[in-house]
Amino acid sequence: MIGLPHYLLLGTIIFCIGIFGVLTRRNAVAVLMSVELMLNAVNINFVAANKYIAPDSAVGQLFSVFVIVVAAAEIAVGLALVISIYRQRGSVDLHDFNLLKW
Amino acid sequence: MLNLASVTLFDAVFIVIAGITITAALGVVLFRNIIYSALSLILAFLGAAAVYFQLNAGFLGVIQILVYAGAISVLIIFAIMLVMNRAAGETNLSSPRTREVFIGGTITAMMLTALMAVMGFTSWPLTGRPGPDNSPGLLAELMLGDYVIAFEAAAILLLVAVVGAIILAKGVENK
Repeated sequence: MIGLPHYLLLGTIIFCIGIFGVLTRRNAVAVLMSVELMLNAVNINFVAANKYIAPDSAVGQLFSVFVIVVAAAEIAVGLALVISIYRQRGSVDLHDFNLLKW
Repeated sequence: MLNLASVTLFDAVFIVIAGITITAALGVVLFRNIIYSALSLILAFLGAAAVYFQLNAGFLGVIQILVYAGAISVLIIFAIMLVMNRAAGETNLSSPRTREVFIGGTITAMMLTALMAVMGFTSWPLTGRPGPDNSPGLLAELMLGDYVIAFEAAAILLLVAVVGAIILAKGVENK
């Protein structure tokens, strides 16, 4: 009964929860956590498509591995940026991050 | 509507895992205390790992637990502890402007509708065959074969990211 559409639906729902978090949270760390949720949703889609469409190869899983690598790099740099901005401005509220606003 | 007799153990496991994962993902976004959000995020990562295990991608599930549930969540919790400057109960508030929340919700709803429509209208070229059980071996052959350049680039990316993160967090000393 459970097939590819159900996994894709799960991925879609988690992705949309992530988008909502990115758009409405005001804590920068919470936004980064929402981005991680979105990347995870994409990974679920990759792996599900790999199993149900091309089960003989592992390309979907390979792409998931690359997504995980990029996510690790992204979270490291992102959190370093947050900490750096926190030192400068004493806040992690995104509404205070208007350094580039003209 | 739902024929309960046709629900196999596999389906039941998927439904439970999906329910836990979606609830945890909602918790990440909706908790007002960001520590709870981070713990909820770990649960969501573990749920995704369980989905990988169910999809015959055991290697990826282990990687998920090691990298996401282990390393990344520790990093996030450390960062939260470093930047917490107000009462824990109001660290993860929603945007105070209702207009922003409304626009965000609208964009999310539109995205959800569009993605579900695309999913419904696409005819997926499904194959009924079960895959081979040796996915780590296949992954290794791809990684050191066709995709070796991407593999090396990923290694360089990780190195650059770590060095960049240290420089950003520590600051450059001017001499």
